[in-house]
Amino acid sequence: MMPQTHSVREVIKETPDTFTLTLQPENGAGASFFQPGQFSMLWVYGVGELPISISGDPGKQDRLVYTVRSVGKATNAFVSQKPGAGVGVRGPFGIGWPVDVARGHDLVIVAGGIGLAPLRPVIYHVLSHRADYDRLVLIYGARSPRDLLYRKELASWARQRDTQVLITVDYGGLSWRNHVGVVTTLLKYARLRPAQSVAMLCGPEIMMRFVARDLAGHGFGRSQIYLSMERNMKCAVGFCGHCQYGPHFICKDGPVFTYEQIGPMMDKYEL
Amino acid sequence: MENLERIIADCPFFAGLDHTYLNLIVGCASNVRFEAGSYMFKEGTPADTFYLIREGKVAIEIFAPHRKPIIVSTVGEGEIVGWSWLLPPYVWKFHGHALQSVRAIALDGKCLRAKCEENHDLGYEILKRVVQIVEHRLDEARFQQVDVYAVQR
Amino acid sequence: MAERRHSVVQANELGRLIDALTRRGYEVHGPKVRDGAIVYDHIESAKDLPVGWTDEQEPGRYRLKRRSDEAFFGYVVGPQSLKKYLHPADVRLLSAERQNGTFRILNNETVPKHPYAFLGVRACELAAVGVQDRVLLEDKYVDPVYKERRSGVFVIAVQCTQSAKTCFCVSMGTGPRARTGFDLALTELAGNGGHRFVIETGSERGADVLSELQAAPASDADLHEAEAAIDGAARQQVRSIDTTGIKELLYENFEHPRWDDVAGRCLTCANCTMVCPTCFCTTVEDVSDVTGDHAERWRRWDSCFTLGFSYIHGGNIRNSSKARYRQWMTHKLASWIDQFGRSGCVGCGRCITWCPAGIDITEEVRAIREGQTHGKP
Repeated sequence: MMPQTHSVREVIKETPDTFTLTLQPENGAGASFFQPGQFSMLWVYGVGELPISISGDPGKQDRLVYTVRSVGKATNAFVSQKPGAGVGVRGPFGIGWPVDVARGHDLVIVAGGIGLAPLRPVIYHVLSHRADYDRLVLIYGARSPRDLLYRKELASWARQRDTQVLITVDYGGLSWRNHVGVVTTLLKYARLRPAQSVAMLCGPEIMMRFVARDLAGHGFGRSQIYLSMERNMKCAVGFCGHCQYGPHFICKDGPVFTYEQIGPMMDKYEL
Repeated sequence: MENLERIIADCPFFAGLDHTYLNLIVGCASNVRFEAGSYMFKEGTPADTFYLIREGKVAIEIFAPHRKPIIVSTVGEGEIVGWSWLLPPYVWKFHGHALQSVRAIALDGKCLRAKCEENHDLGYEILKRVVQIVEHRLDEARFQQVDVYAVQR
Repeated sequence: MAERRHSVVQANELGRLIDALTRRGYEVHGPKVRDGAIVYDHIESAKDLPVGWTDEQEPGRYRLKRRSDEAFFGYVVGPQSLKKYLHPADVRLLSAERQNGTFRILNNETVPKHPYAFLGVRACELAAVGVQDRVLLEDKYVDPVYKERRSGVFVIAVQCTQSAKTCFCVSMGTGPRARTGFDLALTELAGNGGHRFVIETGSERGADVLSELQAAPASDADLHEAEAAIDGAARQQVRSIDTTGIKELLYENFEHPRWDDVAGRCLTCANCTMVCPTCFCTTVEDVSDVTGDHAERWRRWDSCFTLGFSYIHGGNIRNSSKARYRQWMTHKLASWIDQFGRSGCVGCGRCITWCPAGIDITEEVRAIREGQTHGKP
């Protein structure tokens, strides 16, 4: 399980602390195939390894795209890489989003903050296989307007057929004239058909808990609601033991779980 | 008047309300419209109206010295604005700012309070619904307060 | 595979056994007295073994004592287990060099030059190797380090003829008799037939090595004495875990007050995880030299008792010692069953002996079972 050396091709600044980097295998070796929701272990030479969800288009198999928020030494070192720099990549790892199970259904995607990054591959997949899916509803909340990711794409997605994009922020700031409030406040505006939907949630754990509860209250079955969980990770292959959540290894039994599987665990303090 | 009764009956807030009660309150109702950018109400002024938003978006704002008012939440189509008409001292606690052009049903507060005092059953129906709205807003406000997207250090 | 045969050899043939293994290219490791304990080390001759030594073990206490005889294996278990060799505490995963704004990973693997032969392995330790095999070789991914070190290992088991006060392998179904997983199994006897070993052959390789010793078929008397000795060890055990429904018991008692009680005693020193033969958690460290031209990634043993084990997003999930003790015990006895189809505990009792606070896992289970809150909390 050695890292494969990749080169940074492009760096995009999404927000003041969040960057999207595109990587390609050095020497053009190998295809970068992944399932939406899977993650890689990115090794920054001499600094450390980061578990990062892949946020690019699963249809573009010649590259790997990651959106990372700089919150500490390792993430800062990663986002500071310039085009041409080398990064070690291991993976992809994990059980991803149920894009196959969701065929023929409405997709309700609820993202909070950086949580939109692991869900973006689902949106790309749905839009390039549009006939396989019914309605697409994207509900996205961030802290403030300047923390919104992928703004141009959000606007473009909103214009797609049978697609609803709802955006809110917790703090509006001075010139924001759209929705202000937590993500759950947008559910009432969404055109939902719970019985024929699959919901995919990603964001801070508190947010996912509140949203899952509200969706269940709206009539979504607990097995129709999928969440992407996060814990400390060192190895990504189920050997270091760090990512355990009850009996589940987030790295190999997840990171995507159904609310049925983990709902009761989310209320357990210090599990 | 019949038209208004039907519109009020269709509002989510009054879902399931018996039509005898609807009859009682329709007399307090009127159609109103606010231009985008105008204020529906201001903090500190007498609160005598209960709005059912039919179209548009309203920002609930807090006035702050030395800066523009802060939007704490937005309310839209199908939702209600204002419960200060129910409780003394009947004064608005926040600004209500029409972000887009707003069409609403305005129910006169004094009129509604009088009808509720006369008919406690009606009062109970109104209160049940208002409490549920307040509960949702409180849940949302608490969730918002947690600042889940902030980086903990 | 050779049929199970029982032979008997005189005790002084042990040296020839070690030689036979060395000649076949194995590096023999077995028990040695060092620093007041019986630890695993390189064994070159029978003189290296802990002849005439025994151990006294109690919660939080381990002492070596001289025996009145010259038994080679008259002790129970030391602080170390085969985990020391198969799942080592420090492993270099990779090294890399900085190069033209990028880096190059150097191809370097460190594998032992000679396969290991382990002499003196107890039933509980063999069971623990089986547990780690399941985790590291037979799940979704294979650990290449463990696989490399595990392959070709020659095992000479020693059947326990005495138990320590901290042993509870009988209740865990892992001992005191080793039944499989060995090339040869020795039972040391000192009765009427003199100081000798009954040897059970467990494989072709074992039979091949045995052929170099002066061995005779074991008599009925020999076999009887061996059985009695092993049974004796079983009957000596004073501790046990009732494993009936233990998974549900621990899952459903997440809020049991006993966890607060043990939290008042547990120092989160992580000794238990270090000595436990099945604990497998590791961490990875990046180190580089001063110039930054050379970097390495090292894998090291870690413990769920450390505060930062569950660190994420600026805080720890399991902050309290209560949460960490509960995590360890619940994983070992309950979640392990969901993860790997069996218990993670082999009843060796090391965690009880080596806990400075003398916390006894068997006692903690009993306390939760007896005072359990009925139904789901």
